[in-house]
Amino acid sequence: MLDAILQMDCLALAEAIRTRQVSSLEATSACLEAIDKYNQKIGAFLTVFQQQALDQARDVDRRIQAGDKVGPLAGVPIAVKDNICTTFGPTTCGSKILANFRSPCNATVVERLMRADAIIIGKTNMDEFAMGSTTENSAFGPTHNPWDLGRVAGGSSGGSAAAVAARMCFGALGSDTGGSIRQPAAFCGVVGLKPTYGRVSRFGLVAYGSSLDQIGPLARSVRDCALLLNVIGGHDPKDSTSVPPEIVPDEDLLARLDQPIDGLRIGLVKGATEGADLPIRQAIGRAVDTYRAMGAEVVELEIPALDYSVATYYIIATAEASSNLARYDGVHYGYRSPAARDCMEVYTRSRAEGLGKEVKRRIMLGTYALSSGYYDAYYLKALKVRNLIRQQIFAALGQCDSILMPVAPTTAFSLGQMAADPLKMYLADVYTIPANLAGIPAISIPVGLDGAGLPVGVQLLGPAFSEGRLLRIARILEKGAHWTCQVPAGLTV
Amino acid sequence: MKVQVVVGLEIHVQLSTQTKLFCGCPVRFAAPPNSLVCPVCLGLPGALPVLNKKAVDYAILAAMALNCQIASFTKWDRKGYYYPDLPKNYQISQYDLPLGKAGFIEVQGDDGGIKQVRIRRVHLEEDAGKNLHAGGAYSCVDLNRAGTPLLEIVTEPDITSAAQARALAVELQRIVRYLGVSEADMQKGHMRFEPNVNLRIETDGQAFRTPIVEIKNLNSFRALEASIRYEADRQVQEFLESGQVMTSGNKTTRGWDDVRQVTVLQRQKEEAEDYRYFPDPDLVPVVINTSWLDQIKALLPELPLRRQIRFVQQYGLSEYDAGVLTSDRSCADLFDKAVEAGGRPKRVCNLLTQVGLRVANERGCSVGDLGLSPVNLATLASMIEEGKVNATSGVRILEQMIATGQDPMTLARSMDLLQIADSSRLESIIDQVLSMQQKAVQEACSEGKKAQKAFNFLVGQVMQATKGQANPTVIAEMIRKRLGGA
Amino acid sequence: MDNLIDKALVRKVASLARLELSEQEVKEFTGQLCAILEYFHKINLLDTEGIEPLAHCLPITNRLREDQIQPGLDPGQALKNAPDRDGDLFKVPPILEEGLGP
Ligand SMILES: [Mg+2]
Ligand SMILES: [Zn+2]
Repeated sequence: MLDAILQMDCLALAEAIRTRQVSSLEATSACLEAIDKYNQKIGAFLTVFQQQALDQARDVDRRIQAGDKVGPLAGVPIAVKDNICTTFGPTTCGSKILANFRSPCNATVVERLMRADAIIIGKTNMDEFAMGSTTENSAFGPTHNPWDLGRVAGGSSGGSAAAVAARMCFGALGSDTGGSIRQPAAFCGVVGLKPTYGRVSRFGLVAYGSSLDQIGPLARSVRDCALLLNVIGGHDPKDSTSVPPEIVPDEDLLARLDQPIDGLRIGLVKGATEGADLPIRQAIGRAVDTYRAMGAEVVELEIPALDYSVATYYIIATAEASSNLARYDGVHYGYRSPAARDCMEVYTRSRAEGLGKEVKRRIMLGTYALSSGYYDAYYLKALKVRNLIRQQIFAALGQCDSILMPVAPTTAFSLGQMAADPLKMYLADVYTIPANLAGIPAISIPVGLDGAGLPVGVQLLGPAFSEGRLLRIARILEKGAHWTCQVPAGLTV
Repeated sequence: MKVQVVVGLEIHVQLSTQTKLFCGCPVRFAAPPNSLVCPVCLGLPGALPVLNKKAVDYAILAAMALNCQIASFTKWDRKGYYYPDLPKNYQISQYDLPLGKAGFIEVQGDDGGIKQVRIRRVHLEEDAGKNLHAGGAYSCVDLNRAGTPLLEIVTEPDITSAAQARALAVELQRIVRYLGVSEADMQKGHMRFEPNVNLRIETDGQAFRTPIVEIKNLNSFRALEASIRYEADRQVQEFLESGQVMTSGNKTTRGWDDVRQVTVLQRQKEEAEDYRYFPDPDLVPVVINTSWLDQIKALLPELPLRRQIRFVQQYGLSEYDAGVLTSDRSCADLFDKAVEAGGRPKRVCNLLTQVGLRVANERGCSVGDLGLSPVNLATLASMIEEGKVNATSGVRILEQMIATGQDPMTLARSMDLLQIADSSRLESIIDQVLSMQQKAVQEACSEGKKAQKAFNFLVGQVMQATKGQANPTVIAEMIRKRLGGA
Repeated sequence: MDNLIDKALVRKVASLARLELSEQEVKEFTGQLCAILEYFHKINLLDTEGIEPLAHCLPITNRLREDQIQPGLDPGQALKNAPDRDGDLFKVPPILEEGLGP
């Protein structure tokens, strides 16, 4: 029975709980058991709300038994990335500087999960302040890939991706500034959706690059992503960058998910896959075949400015980060160096001791890019190139319904492999960054395993606020790939 | 050697909104420490700013009153600097697209005429909290003030004396109070000044500019004037000693020591100021369209200085009276309306300045809050004018009008203050007095020195007998007729 | 091309960012930032004549709220995470740079 429960996706589990075939207590206990069994090795969770989760599960079961109306995620255990504020447990962002930080408020997405009666089972590991693509930059140890514990889970939402893959929860929230949902989803063999910028409230998301950050779901199926986005999306007056209903209509993303699309056109960017490993290129080829087989047209696109996206992204993201992270200074909250003798030393030493290397590197880069004498050649120029990239992507999306691309040039690599060369690491974000720069939605879908038995994902990008359509296009691929929801080989559940 | 002081002012004015610029915390003075805070103004991780519309309305109104061009598109920028009272370590401000620019303020010049001082820019920004120092051992931070909306106003260096700088500051205070956008209470730090001061020196046919000194954080008109005066003198001395002139890099910052009445050089920052301004990605731009502008424009009153001048020219009031009346907008409004309702300007002015402002002051409110109707005020003025009540009674009636809200005629009757206009009744009172005061009558009729004194005594006696309800001029005339037999 | 950043500039940037760096870190960062900045610099090869800087992808303006008081935190909650406090005030070692705010 437990095995059967853990094979379900959120939607199936929610239905089973609502119809009392399965209790939330059983599902929650099964996840807690998996966490108990594997979290030591995988390092997916930083905090587990064991007692609270069990209490909530019992409460949901009781309410269902009493015939009360419950939310769409009633009784489903969901994990939340540790840069999303909760009033319960710490919100560390994977950083020593916030190791003991307790937020006085819940993020809007957390409020919405709770209103949907989801069970928030724990907070997941991440690269410190979401800066990284491996979850090795966590002050609390790395997350290991459930498919191969010697490999990275990807990042920065590596904990969320690994937790979903390892059946420690049924779905999770991550955040995506330059690929931080999609890349770990691909590395761990789950579905990851970065929504359109402004679709999901950022209130309560600890900022990294505010003009790029977006919260999104990681789950075992495309339909779960639709369900989770239904729950967490929508206008929030507490976030000025949250888009009002006039622009993004409240729509049920699940409603038309399985409807076929007539005259579907899939775009391929010329030369884009050249830098990707063979298994990735083959996966793209199979995806193209799947779409062709159902009658879709494949169009070739040119987006020349894409070559500049990594540089553009890293200038803008680090510039914003240097400002967003200025507040971690040991004065009002967070770590304070015991060695500080005056206020200036509180700043410089608390930051020196409390922040990790990658974070410092990005703060340095961003500070440089914004400082007088360098501003025009870096930050200002990057804003212009961002506009150019966005214009070209919009033009390309005018010629097709969705752009098909790799998520990452490789499958999950070994822990420690990329640590020595930060630039090389940055360059691996080449496929995920454009969606953030353009503010458009993008989804990563697992389509199979490579020769080493590691998951391979592909990515679909769509126009702003086209999640409904994008999910339908992704669903076609998911069905065609006959792969989704597989359990990592090494794990027995 | 000819020395001319040149001053540009940077002024921060606290807006009188209910809540802070980017969060719903109340703006209040002297609350217990850290009791007016929330995740946004504490700069907690995950908190996001949301703009207060009222603050923008107020800022537009103030910028309009300062004759600025209002930006049709503006945005928010982060100004980065580390300071414990600035919890995010950046201030949300406006950098390259200020809400208002290229305006001017009119001030009364030293010669009494109007002088225009150009306004370079007007923008909105959030205030910092407060650092408190516990005798050097450690410092403390109260963030109640953090996030309070401030209007920053920067003038061009058009000010040419310390007195003029003060006059401008006072005029600005009167304007923002007039507009209702700030209480501009100096005691509460609602207005803070930072003058940039240097000198233009002409000697031996050559012109020099001394290095610019910025004097930080002055919060009284007196300190503003005194510090500029001091700085001008100091710079003359310095120039004579060192001959140093202004260059692009030699601006210094000085503080004002209010006890010693001197400016003090502040420790120089290690690196040049580098605020790393960039657009705040947490906020979206503000587009100010014509309908928004029109809404605000409709609220723009006649400015106090213009009104003051009009009161002098149109109604023949003294400069002083016009200044007093226009110091309080509701008082000037009431004056205008009462005059419109038929009150004689001088009379209305006297009533308002002698009674209205005094009572308002006692009650700690504005004249507008006294509940006086312009029509009643005009009626009272006319009653005095027509001799129905005398001026002293007028004061008492006005006090009762404020206390009871009744109209002046009703009050005059019930207080028995109407002057005796019935001459037969007056005649008989005068008869009585004259028959009882034979000695005084004789003296008044004599040619001696005592005649005038005796005459005045008789008038006084009649006044007393009427309980002050007669017009002394009328009485004097009647007595004169009786005594002179003419 | 000259190095885009040297040790002195790394130190200056670190001081702007209020980061204390060890000599080892200065050395390491100088090398790494040099390579990264050189890569970043390539965007200047791209012609962006006539293209506006884009700070935001959003099609929205004027997100405004009414001037109404909202419940905040009490001092206890506000200081819950404070590393040090003096009553209801945040406490810090002495500020030696007083008056150097903007
Ligand atoms: Mg300012
Ligand atoms: Zn607040």
